[in-house]
Amino acid sequence: MANKLISEIRLPKSIANVFSARNISTAKDALSLTEFELMELLDVGLTEVRSALSQISEIVAPPYQTALSLMEQRFQNEHLGGHFPTGLKGLDAALCGGIPFGVLTELVGPAGIGKTQFCLKLSLLASLPTNYGGLDGRVIYIDVESKFSSRRLLEIGLRSFPEIFQMKEMAQEMAGRILVLRPTSLAEFTQSLEQIKVSLLQNQVKMLVIDSMAALVSGEHEQGARRQQTLSWHISFIKSLAEFSRIPVVVTNQVRSRNHDDASRYSFQVQSRDGAIETPMQYDSHLVAALGIQWAHAVTTRLVLEAKSGERFIKVAKSPISPPLAFPFHITSSGISLLSDDGKEVMGPEINAIHC
Amino acid sequence: MEIWRLPISASQRGKLISAGYTSLSSLSSISSSDLARELKVSESEAMNILKVASHSRGSETSNASCSIVEGAQTAWDMLHDEESLMHITTSSADLDNILGGGIHCKEVTEIGWSSLSLIVNSVLKYKLTTAFGSESIIFMLIGGVPGIGKTQLGIQIAVNVQIPNDFGGLGGKAIYIDTEGSFMVERAFQIAEACIEDMSEYNRFLRKDFQECKIKMLPQDILENIFYFRICSYTEQIALINYLDKFLSEHKDVKVIVVDSVTFHFRQDFDDMAHRTRVLSGMALKLMNLAKRFSLAVVLLNQVTTKHTEASFQLAFALGDSWSHTCTNRIVLYWNGNERYAYIDKSPSLRSASAAYSVTARGIRNSSSSCKRIKMM
Repeated sequence: MANKLISEIRLPKSIANVFSARNISTAKDALSLTEFELMELLDVGLTEVRSALSQISEIVAPPYQTALSLMEQRFQNEHLGGHFPTGLKGLDAALCGGIPFGVLTELVGPAGIGKTQFCLKLSLLASLPTNYGGLDGRVIYIDVESKFSSRRLLEIGLRSFPEIFQMKEMAQEMAGRILVLRPTSLAEFTQSLEQIKVSLLQNQVKMLVIDSMAALVSGEHEQGARRQQTLSWHISFIKSLAEFSRIPVVVTNQVRSRNHDDASRYSFQVQSRDGAIETPMQYDSHLVAALGIQWAHAVTTRLVLEAKSGERFIKVAKSPISPPLAFPFHITSSGISLLSDDGKEVMGPEINAIHC
Repeated sequence: MEIWRLPISASQRGKLISAGYTSLSSLSSISSSDLARELKVSESEAMNILKVASHSRGSETSNASCSIVEGAQTAWDMLHDEESLMHITTSSADLDNILGGGIHCKEVTEIGWSSLSLIVNSVLKYKLTTAFGSESIIFMLIGGVPGIGKTQLGIQIAVNVQIPNDFGGLGGKAIYIDTEGSFMVERAFQIAEACIEDMSEYNRFLRKDFQECKIKMLPQDILENIFYFRICSYTEQIALINYLDKFLSEHKDVKVIVVDSVTFHFRQDFDDMAHRTRVLSGMALKLMNLAKRFSLAVVLLNQVTTKHTEASFQLAFALGDSWSHTCTNRIVLYWNGNERYAYIDKSPSLRSASAAYSVTARGIRNSSSSCKRIKMM
């Protein structure tokens, strides 16, 4: 919509000519300038600029929907109202059905905690037919660190759904639905993403897994601000891909140790020291999620996997629908499973802390 | 803006506006030679313009209260207007208290705006005496780290604006502009349901009669009154805000616009930061204009980023200092110990204060801790 050509919008002839004479050919060019700048550039009065802009805006602006019709649409057209059940009952209940469609869900935790195991289980589930709780479609698994193990995948399948996986043809069919990509650089990843976006719907792709996002970005040589810029583009692209195709997108992230660069206070907090309670979390956990605060804003659901005194927990750290709950889990031959479906509610910013 | 009404050529109009003459009164005290010099036109042309201007001015009736300056409102009238403004509750009494009753209509809440007049002056070259001169227009910006509850507060406000007049609400509709896809419709349903239950509770308490005092509203009715727009780029964002002018004239019962979040699409794609600031200020001014013309509240949600100041890294609102300065009202949502707090960082009419709130299954509510109190800073 942003790249709509001015020539296609039926503006009055005189102003349309002026726009093209000044090389303003798309709606984006016109709307990126303030009214004032346009007046100066085109040498026309304010009324003409305003009426041209309002015509362009009316065409470029997205249509509205009432929240009610949005809800009805989702429940009619989508699997479980737009949720993908993970098979972990407690987690699914908290997330109102499962991993939401159309937005990013992040799995973050220290190395070896079970993120890839979780991803394998999810990929398998998504390939299954709907009567087994799956999405009956293809899964694109972007495996950056070569952690994908098809042997492990089939083991999980055999243990969890023996009735399907014991038959060789069925196992082949299901495993055949999972497409594994191994990009060796960020540029290759970008290319694959662009290809994926184009062919997503016609190829019946029902889920995208990126394991791991942090490894992709850390492999690049750029630092600091340039890295943020690159990441911005990818964040935006992946979000729009998820949005437009309405599929669940699961991304894993690594952890890094907290350094003195990590800000946690605002300027007004630094000034007034009275009444501010020292967050105990700061001294307890020295790990934070990688990729920074911009990434943290971009994900809609953040699931933190951590290990505390020998037990592993999966915590819902950020979610628009779920309270901050922690579920104990363990890894078995049939994948990942919860030890208890009753999550323990975690107070305060502790939910974001990562222990290992 | 009466210059456009003058029967002069487009390029003359353009020259007048670029030179800063936007109202007829500004042309009253200038000589034709000065005007000719400023506009770079011949003296006869300048004289013609002045003649036309004085002719137009003479045929206007002058209102006593704005005979000095066009479009201004006296402070007394403003006070009167403000007192009769309705408020939208945030559902947390402490939060409402520090906000002076709730979010004002006719104000735009955005965190990070300083003086409106500075922005108006520097960006648009309008003289302070234009139609935008009223200082009761404020933007409210609400910002906080991920997971603090910005979207929750946004949805709560979109639901609460619909509380009927009988219950002290505005009975209006809401526009929810979603730039990140964080609006979860099931959550809105949950919050709407809880709001209706609270209203029934209040009804029962107030009326004290033991019959069934059920509210006839359903959560579906509340969802029907939230107009949802999904924005995928900054061009769409600007286009939508331009289009809202027409939309709001067709839907006069909209009382609040929530933008979640206003920063997302502006953080990439812009190489020229000065350009970004100009575009943002232009957008902000349009929102303020909408707030004033249609008497509604505008709530903008902002992301935060880290900033290096005074030899340490601190959290600051995204989009830079200029954006932070364009807002008059600024509210920061932050963690204090184990509680969520809201702090009024900047406001011309409200004291700096912080209040605790919590995000529950029913929405935003008062914090349940026993030692909660409103801290005046």
